[in-house]
Amino acid sequence: MSKPTKITNSIRALRFTQGEMTQAQLAQRIGVTRQTIIAIEQGRYSPSLEMAFQIAQVFRVALDEVFQYPDGEAGPR
Amino acid sequence: MSYEEKGTWVYLVASAGAYAIYLAIVLGRVLGTPVAEVPYVSLLLWTTGASIVASIAGRILIQTARPSDSRRSDVRDKEISRFGEHASRWFVVAGAGAALFMAMARWDYFWIANVLYLGFVLWAVAGSVLKLVAYRRGL
Repeated sequence: MSKPTKITNSIRALRFTQGEMTQAQLAQRIGVTRQTIIAIEQGRYSPSLEMAFQIAQVFRVALDEVFQYPDGEAGPR
Repeated sequence: MSYEEKGTWVYLVASAGAYAIYLAIVLGRVLGTPVAEVPYVSLLLWTTGASIVASIAGRILIQTARPSDSRRSDVRDKEISRFGEHASRWFVVAGAGAALFMAMARWDYFWIANVLYLGFVLWAVAGSVLKLVAYRRGL
């Protein structure tokens, strides 16, 4: 099954470095359902820029430590 | 599975099931009876009402049997809902367009009402299927 987004993320790793935070706890912190956190972690859903910043803020890291985009993918269309 | 995804499954089954029952009964009545005399109005209203009641009851039953973490819909649920309803809206447009031409061509009310009903059912079914695909594969 192809993923609908090229954005990858380190949410799962960050959750474990932050005291094994559960998906439910993260979901509660940013006001979404646990299924949305699962979808983001699996690359099935790209969060809005605002939600991306909220996630980074929960982990107290920069945005690009949470979300990554492959080099050379952004170009003129 | 989120509360909204479960609700979409229930809505799909209720809409498709109610229309299948309606179609089976109406097709039985159409055989051997002129279309203009086929009683369909009360059946159409009853099956529509029954599908609404079944959607509500089914949602309560599923929530009781397998409770969700939360009953609140979030931004992803709303985006998926918008996507499904936007992509399937052409069934309603096609049904309304067909009904318009049938009315202008003086077709019997039976056909006009049924093409509109079919448009709404296809909109509900296609919209639900698209939403479920989006829940599973992503937007």
